[in-house]
Amino acid sequence: MLEWRRRREPSTLMLLASPLIAIGLTMLTGMILFTAMGYDGFHAVESIFLTPFLEPQRWGDIGVKGAPLVMIALGLAIGFRANVWNIGAEGQYVMGAIAGTGVALLTYDMTGWWILPAMVLAGILGGMAWAAIPALLRVKLQVSEILTSLMLTYVAVQFLYFLVRGPWKDPGGFNFPQTRMFTSDQTLPTVLEGTLVHLGIPAALVLAVIAWLLMEKTTAGYAIKVVGLAPAAARHGGFSAARTTWATMLISGALAGLAGLFEAAGPFGQLTPQFPVGYGFTAIIVAFLGRLNPLGIVFGGIVLAGTYVGGEIAQSTVRLPQAATGLFQATLLFMLLATDVLVSWRIGWKRRAA
Amino acid sequence: MNQPREQEVPPRLALAHISKSFPGVKANEDISLSVRPGEIHALLGENGAGKSTLVKIIYGVQQADEGTISWNGSPVSILSPKAARKLGIGMVFQHFSLFDAMTVIENIALGLDEAVDREDLKQRVAAILQSYSLPLDPEREVHTLSVGERQRIEIVRCLLQKPKLLIMDEPTSVLTPQEVERLFATLRQIAAEGCSILYISHKLHEIKALCDNATILRGGRVVATCDPKVETTKRMAELMIGAELRKIEHGKAATAGAVRLEVKTLSLPGEPPFGTDLESVSFEARAGEILGIAGVAGNGQAELLTALSGEQFAAGAEAIKLDGKAIGLEGAGARRALGLACVPEERNGHAAVPDFSLAENGVLTARHRLPLAPHGFISRGAVRRFADGVIKLFDVRTTGNAALARSLSGGNLQKFIMGREIGQQPAVLIVSQPTWGVDAGAAAAIRQELVDLAAKGSAVVVISQDLDELLELADRLCVINEGRLSAPRPIASLGIDEIGLMMGGVHGVEAAHA
Repeated sequence: MLEWRRRREPSTLMLLASPLIAIGLTMLTGMILFTAMGYDGFHAVESIFLTPFLEPQRWGDIGVKGAPLVMIALGLAIGFRANVWNIGAEGQYVMGAIAGTGVALLTYDMTGWWILPAMVLAGILGGMAWAAIPALLRVKLQVSEILTSLMLTYVAVQFLYFLVRGPWKDPGGFNFPQTRMFTSDQTLPTVLEGTLVHLGIPAALVLAVIAWLLMEKTTAGYAIKVVGLAPAAARHGGFSAARTTWATMLISGALAGLAGLFEAAGPFGQLTPQFPVGYGFTAIIVAFLGRLNPLGIVFGGIVLAGTYVGGEIAQSTVRLPQAATGLFQATLLFMLLATDVLVSWRIGWKRRAA
Repeated sequence: MNQPREQEVPPRLALAHISKSFPGVKANEDISLSVRPGEIHALLGENGAGKSTLVKIIYGVQQADEGTISWNGSPVSILSPKAARKLGIGMVFQHFSLFDAMTVIENIALGLDEAVDREDLKQRVAAILQSYSLPLDPEREVHTLSVGERQRIEIVRCLLQKPKLLIMDEPTSVLTPQEVERLFATLRQIAAEGCSILYISHKLHEIKALCDNATILRGGRVVATCDPKVETTKRMAELMIGAELRKIEHGKAATAGAVRLEVKTLSLPGEPPFGTDLESVSFEARAGEILGIAGVAGNGQAELLTALSGEQFAAGAEAIKLDGKAIGLEGAGARRALGLACVPEERNGHAAVPDFSLAENGVLTARHRLPLAPHGFISRGAVRRFADGVIKLFDVRTTGNAALARSLSGGNLQKFIMGREIGQQPAVLIVSQPTWGVDAGAAAAIRQELVDLAAKGSAVVVISQDLDELLELADRLCVINEGRLSAPRPIASLGIDEIGLMMGGVHGVEAAHA
């Protein structure tokens, strides 16, 4: 008989290997599932998990989709380490984009280098403001931030719909529900000529390094980890749980807002009802795939961005429905949480009781 | 005496040579006792004497390693609480398992092993309440009831099973004196009807008032069996605490120095549901002395420690003074920076982060007084050097500074934690249960460190349930009981019996002429 045995110490090998095992299991499950549904399961998995990485012309696309995922996941992971469960990054992402777009619409007739930085600042503040509400409710009234942050996402999305269909509708847009296109001073510069690769991609990488420094090298990062691991020890060490909740919520809101602004001022160039594509939710998977480690999150962001790109490929190669991408992403999260047990436990043969 | 007739009947419960070990500790060793039908038998002992383990074995929660249990004369093995209830053993735990939002009768129905007809149950409950004249409304919701009333629910639950043996685990620890009187009347009536009662307590006067026989445990062994009605409280206290006390030798006649820590009428509400309110606690600790605070667990020790460490704020800054500076409203970090170090009772999760390495755990409390994290950046080298120093100086047995705190034995982790605080050379060190669960060698080393720290001019406050330890270490001793602290007395002027009486809740009156 097989049995679970608790490891004396968490396995470093499994810490790194369990995400890879989860990816393998997800591929296997997907293959079986889609074969059973009558699709070409093998090629479906190949299109989603391998093709995006094997064809260099797709790499730019992976970068564009990966940058917001990494940025949002960095902030979420910092919160998760402190047991602050911000599930509403999607809402903060949308509010960041709305705030930045607000600046863009106000400065529509102006030119100047300062416009884009002002939009960035507005994006950060917009995300922070939206995250401040769950933080306040948790600290003052002990309301679960899981519920409040999630519910506020839907408020943000409805607010976006209202703006693009009402006050912010492009006057020259043939009544389509969308804002004006941003001017060149309001758009993120591309870093590679002739590609979609915009400034957000190097920004995400720099932010990952900063987040790593914060978590591993500073007292502030130490406080966040202690509050998450042992609240009583945190109090004993003189760290404030309330302050940590505030800080981590605001950081994750700021990064989600920044990602939203970059997306609006980058690939979209305007706001439309199609703007919320679920990056805020997918970033949760990215954070866990990266083991809440900022450098791991870069890896996780690349994998998940690949599934977005691959999902589009699979739509044409094996005619997989678009929903298949979400299904693969969800399976991956499921497998990640399941394989996590390997870090602290190992499987062994049950010895007969003497 | 009228013993011979009763001895013809086999004892209701007889334990023979029961032993039970846990990793690193022998909780019960060769325990034998017997309870006659209708007898109220006291199980007396300090915290950690092995009372809880023994009753868990009787109630089927745990199995003994060795020894036999006989029930009405025939040997039985009790594999689960359900099996125990089937035999006719009922137990009322110290902490109740009741649903606040449900009524009394609903709670009783939920606690029964088999489904019963609701109307029938109501009648049986009503009959029990009447025959024992227990005031309790079966339709009230539990959250509206007092602690005493809640306990009655648990008792009724047991009585429904028509028990032959009722185990009461520290039943009076949460009751008012009036409720205690009421409980005793009920228990006497239950016993008079032939049900035996095993009464677990450390409160001597209660046992004297209620019990027919007493088995006294100390360090997992039976040290005496006596008739509490005849035996003096003083003698029982001695037996419970242990007669073979070490000779106390205090280096110099305590020429205590300046007051380093002053606590003045510190009051703090305890955290519900089981917290204890601190009521107007006052004491001083002087340079060069060790002040001992004795008391049975759950009398406010944890609350006192968090109030002093800064995890909880006092009502005013003046309530706590460190070297003359009012710090009652300072946080834990600020207090530590000023020189007040604390070691709480719980090592994993409070004093240390179990999933952090020893090096990382050094940062937790040492960063305020040592340059481990200048300008908010943790200096890896300094952190490792500090941890290595503590490990070496305090003889922590570990694989190195990268070992996780959780991987260390209790004693080794405690040595590291003590070393971490002492290594900061605090003005005042407050430590709770410094040697709880620590092997004898490590305990001696830790005590030596405390004595040395005081000798260097710090004030040391030791909160402990281990009287031997306090008598060995402390210059002055006070007792905490129900959140109140007695006035400190020089240890030389205190008799062991007097301390025992104070711990058992007998204040002043009897103690004065003991």
